[in-house]
Amino acid sequence: MTAPLTEHTESRPEGATPAVRLAGVSKMYGTGKAGILALDNVDLTVAQGEFVCLLGASGCGKSTMLSLVAGLDAPSAGKIDLDGRRVSLMFQEPALFPWLTVSANVEMALRAKKLDKRQRRASALEFLDMVHLGGFGDKRPHELSGGMRQRVALARSLAQDSDVLLMDEPFGALDAMTRDLLHDELERIWRERTLAVLFVTHNVREAVRLGDRVVLLSSRPGKVVQDFPVTLARPRRTDSTEVARIAAEITDHLRTEVVRHAR
Amino acid sequence: MAVETQNNASDRLSAEIAGLDALELGGKQRGSIAGRLWGRLWPMGIAVLLVLAVWEIVVLSGRWPEYVLAGPTTVIPELGARLADPEFYSAVAVTMRRALVGFALAMLIGLIIGALVSRIRPLRAGVGSLITGLQTMPSIAWFPLSILLFGLTETAILFVVILGAAPSIANGLIAGVDYTPPILLRAGHMLGFRRLQLYRLVILPASLPSFLAGLKQGWAFAWRSLMAGELLVIIANQASIGEQLHYARELADSAGLLATMIIILFIGIVVDMVFEAADTSLRRRWGLHQARN
Ligand SMILES: Nc1ncnc2c1ncn2[C@@H]1O[C@H](COP(=O)(O)OP(=O)(O)OP(=O)(O)O)[C@@H](O)[C@H]1O
Ligand SMILES: [Mg+2]
Repeated sequence: MTAPLTEHTESRPEGATPAVRLAGVSKMYGTGKAGILALDNVDLTVAQGEFVCLLGASGCGKSTMLSLVAGLDAPSAGKIDLDGRRVSLMFQEPALFPWLTVSANVEMALRAKKLDKRQRRASALEFLDMVHLGGFGDKRPHELSGGMRQRVALARSLAQDSDVLLMDEPFGALDAMTRDLLHDELERIWRERTLAVLFVTHNVREAVRLGDRVVLLSSRPGKVVQDFPVTLARPRRTDSTEVARIAAEITDHLRTEVVRHAR
Repeated sequence: MAVETQNNASDRLSAEIAGLDALELGGKQRGSIAGRLWGRLWPMGIAVLLVLAVWEIVVLSGRWPEYVLAGPTTVIPELGARLADPEFYSAVAVTMRRALVGFALAMLIGLIIGALVSRIRPLRAGVGSLITGLQTMPSIAWFPLSILLFGLTETAILFVVILGAAPSIANGLIAGVDYTPPILLRAGHMLGFRRLQLYRLVILPASLPSFLAGLKQGWAFAWRSLMAGELLVIIANQASIGEQLHYARELADSAGLLATMIIILFIGIVVDMVFEAADTSLRRRWGLHQARN
């Protein structure tokens, strides 16, 4: 069985409700000549329950796009429609609060819920267990390794219980084994909660492993250039031959994109 | 059966990951308390000995007579005599009470002003530079006004102590709020915190190191202002350290004067060590401490 690999097709299942809709979104940093056009006229839709991976060269505006969707920044033009859905964003850096313990960091995400202290703590430990850090609740963030901190940040994002999960290179600092495990865990939670996920990565195989679609952004300015549906059956394995084949194809497109830019 | 093997496999994977994590964490080491104390004490001891030696040499040079500049050999017994005198402790108690009350009030006022100025933009431009201006004002310049306003009372002293310390404390808080890492603000925003909640849960804790630095500086100003005040504002029937200094000079009691100065220095050092300990423990908890060479 081979996966169809078409360009510019929306592969959303029929009738799926859009969770995130970007229409003609542009983002300009600064003004006039010194301004940088980070995103140019981006159209993108992520359905509820859809997992979309975002690929693109460094500096092409992926983080910018996520912070626009998260509402941390306003677009210079265009519209972002979330239809009142709650968003959580896992930043490119862990962004943990250094004055709090690991579990208190996760508990910060639970403040919106009406829980008492003990319930909050128990709930935080559950989320830490999901990222296999159950025994580290009383540590301080700086006592953990970079990869472990990212996992705490993941636990904190999951604890927010949002409908839309934005993730900016969440597994960049992880070893392959831990990453595989967290892929499984993330896939499970995504299914369970029918989340809409927008997942930024530089790792093409990771994108194919996780995504229903892999979206390619061009650089300077960032624009959606290609949209690959990935129809491989789940669960997939990062080291399977199908994943490798599709990843190789996407990498070719990425390369032409980069080469086009070099001229 | 299949479920069981799957469970076993995932258990093993978890165990492996725990193993990897343990590797990543590595060991950590900290010296024993006695060792660290000794490490700090002996350089201090050498410094003290050095100062005593220079002092003794100056005295022996004969530039000043004994009743103007007493040597360590007379001052140290004098110091011992004072330490055995209950009156001395009541003087220290009066001074420390003023210091603590003044500093506590300065902290309260500095906190309120700092919080307001850092929150409210229009206050920022005007009051912000005024606070820095106040900080550069020598506190002794306030005393004539303070004495006019409050007479020769403890209030006059406290007024100047507060004016000396509060600007530093407010500035420490303002700087801390200004330099809150933007990423933590964004994280707080993402967690749904706005306005007061963002301020209380993210901005205030993030500015703690800077606030502590402001407190430390504020204390130094408070202590200086207090000594100046106690020299200028002598209140009857209320012996204090500054007053002892004043009378030692009037009576040309060089040994007593130097002994009192040593006590002032000692108190200053001890309080500074308290602030330093607080700072060190904060830095250790936050992971801000530099690796010692
Ligand atoms: N606050 C800002 N002010 C000015 N320019 C910015 C700002 N943030 C981002 N940029 C610019 O916008 C462009 C896109 O940045 P962005 O961080 O979104 O890239 P990215 O795709 O996430 O890169 P990476 O893969 O390296 O994380 C870059 O050229 C960057 O210099
Ligand atoms: Mg980025």
